[in-house]
Amino acid sequence: MAELNSKIPSGPLHNKWSHYKDHQNLVNPNNKRKLDVIIVGTGLAGASAAASLGEMGFNVKIFCYQDSPRRAHSIAAQGGINAAKNYPNDGDSIYRLFYDTIKGGDYRAREANVYRLAEVSNAIIDQCVAQGVPFAREYGGSLENRSFGGAQVSRTFFARGQTGQQLLLGAYGALSRQIKLGTVKLFNRHEMMDVVIVDGKARGIIARDLISGKLERHFGHAVVIATGGYGNVFYLSTNAMGSNGSAIWQIFKKGAYFANPCFTQIHPTCIPVHGDYQSKLTLMSESLRNDGRIWVPKKKEDAEAHRQGKLKANDIPEEDRDYYLERRYPAFGNLVPRDVASRAAKERCDAGFGVGPTGLAVFLDFKESIGRLGKHVIEERYGNLFQMYEKIVDENPYENPMMIYPAVHYTMGGTWVDYELMTTVTGLFAAGEANFSDHGANRLGASALMQGLADGYFVLPYTLQNYLSGEIKVPRMSTDKTEFEEAEKKVQERLEKLLSIKGSKSVDHFHKELGKIMWENVGMGRTETSLKNAIELIRKLRAAFWREVKIPGSMNELNIELEKANRVADFMELGELLAYDALNRNESCGGHFREEYQTDEGECRRNDEAFKYVAAWEYKGEGEFVLHKEPLVYEEIEVKQRVYK
Amino acid sequence: MKLILKIWRQKNAKSQGKFVIYSLDNISPNCSFLEMLDILNEELIQKDEDPVVFDHDCREGICGMCSLYINGHPHGPDDAVTACQLHMRKFKDGDTIVIEPWRAKPFPVIKDLMVDRSAFDKIIQEGGYISVNTGGAAEANNILISKEASELAMDAAACIGCGACVAACKNASAMLFVSAKVSQFALLPQGKIEAKQRVKKMVKMMDKLGFGNCTNTYACEAECPKLISRSNIARMNREFMCAKII
Repeated sequence: MAELNSKIPSGPLHNKWSHYKDHQNLVNPNNKRKLDVIIVGTGLAGASAAASLGEMGFNVKIFCYQDSPRRAHSIAAQGGINAAKNYPNDGDSIYRLFYDTIKGGDYRAREANVYRLAEVSNAIIDQCVAQGVPFAREYGGSLENRSFGGAQVSRTFFARGQTGQQLLLGAYGALSRQIKLGTVKLFNRHEMMDVVIVDGKARGIIARDLISGKLERHFGHAVVIATGGYGNVFYLSTNAMGSNGSAIWQIFKKGAYFANPCFTQIHPTCIPVHGDYQSKLTLMSESLRNDGRIWVPKKKEDAEAHRQGKLKANDIPEEDRDYYLERRYPAFGNLVPRDVASRAAKERCDAGFGVGPTGLAVFLDFKESIGRLGKHVIEERYGNLFQMYEKIVDENPYENPMMIYPAVHYTMGGTWVDYELMTTVTGLFAAGEANFSDHGANRLGASALMQGLADGYFVLPYTLQNYLSGEIKVPRMSTDKTEFEEAEKKVQERLEKLLSIKGSKSVDHFHKELGKIMWENVGMGRTETSLKNAIELIRKLRAAFWREVKIPGSMNELNIELEKANRVADFMELGELLAYDALNRNESCGGHFREEYQTDEGECRRNDEAFKYVAAWEYKGEGEFVLHKEPLVYEEIEVKQRVYK
Repeated sequence: MKLILKIWRQKNAKSQGKFVIYSLDNISPNCSFLEMLDILNEELIQKDEDPVVFDHDCREGICGMCSLYINGHPHGPDDAVTACQLHMRKFKDGDTIVIEPWRAKPFPVIKDLMVDRSAFDKIIQEGGYISVNTGGAAEANNILISKEASELAMDAAACIGCGACVAACKNASAMLFVSAKVSQFALLPQGKIEAKQRVKKMVKMMDKLGFGNCTNTYACEAECPKLISRSNIARMNREFMCAKII
């Protein structure tokens, strides 16, 4: 199996990327036309990569399971996108953005990758403005910035609370332009089922046309996976219903290592769970923490009275409120990073101070900022979020404080990639949330959009070209080749097997059960016991799934239950690896909190000596994983304990 | 809550559809509309029946995938929400709810409540963008844009491409959708260079795909979950006239 070689260029940190670009191999225009690239996923990373590679002259095929590329879940990102422009003149720089991202990730990300990310961040803003993305503006016409968790500067660009939507529509526009020009071919309502490997190199995919149900073979000189994260392994998350981990799981089984699966992010500002029938959780941008103050009652009896509906939040006097983030973290206050804010909410609720009918909620209060800035300013900044909250909860957040609770939101872990975003399978790349690269153990707010677009617009066009320069002599392959035939046959067999079970329980039943196991044992607080328990429970549930799942309909038709079953089958395995990795990592860092490893104040206690590495897992068979370590070397940054006090 | 559901069932694009009546009990008023359909589907699966197919994804009102025509309204009776954000508390115990797919020739039914909206993608492909290659952009703050223009552009850009405007219109006109994109770029300096070509090509494609014309009833605006204003249509008409005359 492949050795872990991160291929980080030598030389000083700030020269690595320009040195790479100056020396990489190029492909001449005549040859570009002869080279096919398959991209799976049309979110920020996939759409921007497809558009850029199409513009360069490559032949691109892009796939999405939705009806249109514009539906990809990047569209739901609200808060903003970071860049080191330093427009507010508050001392920002590429180095600071790099430093904050490494520190925010709790020193578990690669220096060289993160530096490159910070380096290209400014070009992303330029690109998006040129595309007509309507970012917020100052009265003088220049771009407006706001602050975000984990930073002391204002470096976040935003388009109201719909930044992801506007950036994705920008990339979708660029992609649509290439589709019209014929450089990119779109396969909507298609799901990738497997990757095809010929002589050790990724050469195509097996896809299923979700309308006809037919399996298709597609050839590519290279394959890019940009299918997002695997948060739906928890069933309830802020991900879209269709978001899944199947592409990264299928390539894992074909030799692409999976890195740091236990680094999952629980977002602090989501609407609390309200019932068993619930299908997903709704996030509200953490930008709300700029103007909202988080608190719980100081007295347990007040919290209890609120839970029983006997006391209203507004009736709790100021002196009886505990603004616990401001109290514990005076320097960052309500703007501490996400993992810190989420754990603090859980700690208060577990201690009996939680509010709302379930006791699993804290207040997010805008009263002070409405008084200071006026309702119109708050409305202008967060209007759509307030409206969304009111529609779901049926309570006016301008008058009553919001109730929020953490929810699974983002997965920092993902397919292992080297500096060129290539996986351990030659010719197979992973971009955006699907890869593990830039966020370490915790992602800072407004950095996901930055990374997705950095990978697609500004990294892959170089690194993929470098790889393809060695493929110019490889003619397009016929998909009648044995490797394609065998891959298709395996997919066919798996789907047939799923349909043949004809058990008594629906796919959703199993997905919900898996979610419960994951949330309770592998969620915000993990212990050795809970993780071992999770592994055992997942194995039992997986066996039950393959024995008892009930899927109506057949294969060669539109079959929504079959689609779900195929994804849940993969989550049943992925969940186990996640727990396995969490069990291996005997330390707490970022989004991974092992209760055994905490400071006296309840903060993460890292173990740099033993765990300053990327855990890259190799698949050896069902439930059998082998660990490969990529040591993290910090040349530029001094590794410290994260302090936000 | 107890509910009677009258749902459009259609096996595939070619077969003839019909309404099928289902009854549901014990639905929480805090349940979202799509969660209510999930409960129905769970029951259908248990009864060995085919679950109702409908498009949905983000379930937070932004992806634009959900597309249900509920009691004669795209996205249902509540204002300014998509079907996924609609909650059962907006209905009464014992209500009969009629659920249909978008009905418009350019949006053929695929199955049950799922329709094919790739016509919208085709319109965007004609010019719903600014032609700038990756890497070819100038420093962002070199382009100054008044707050007013950028806010208006953002109002238009908020369109989620769900197609409710088309479903609401008796002519199945896509004017609100197309004008939102045309307006966004017409309001911004970056969009001026291609403005004439853009509006002509997009309108031409809209007509070619079989969308009807606007007869000023503004049902589109009334039903739009994102409150896209009809003034965009006026702006597009102006852009179109200018492009044709000058």
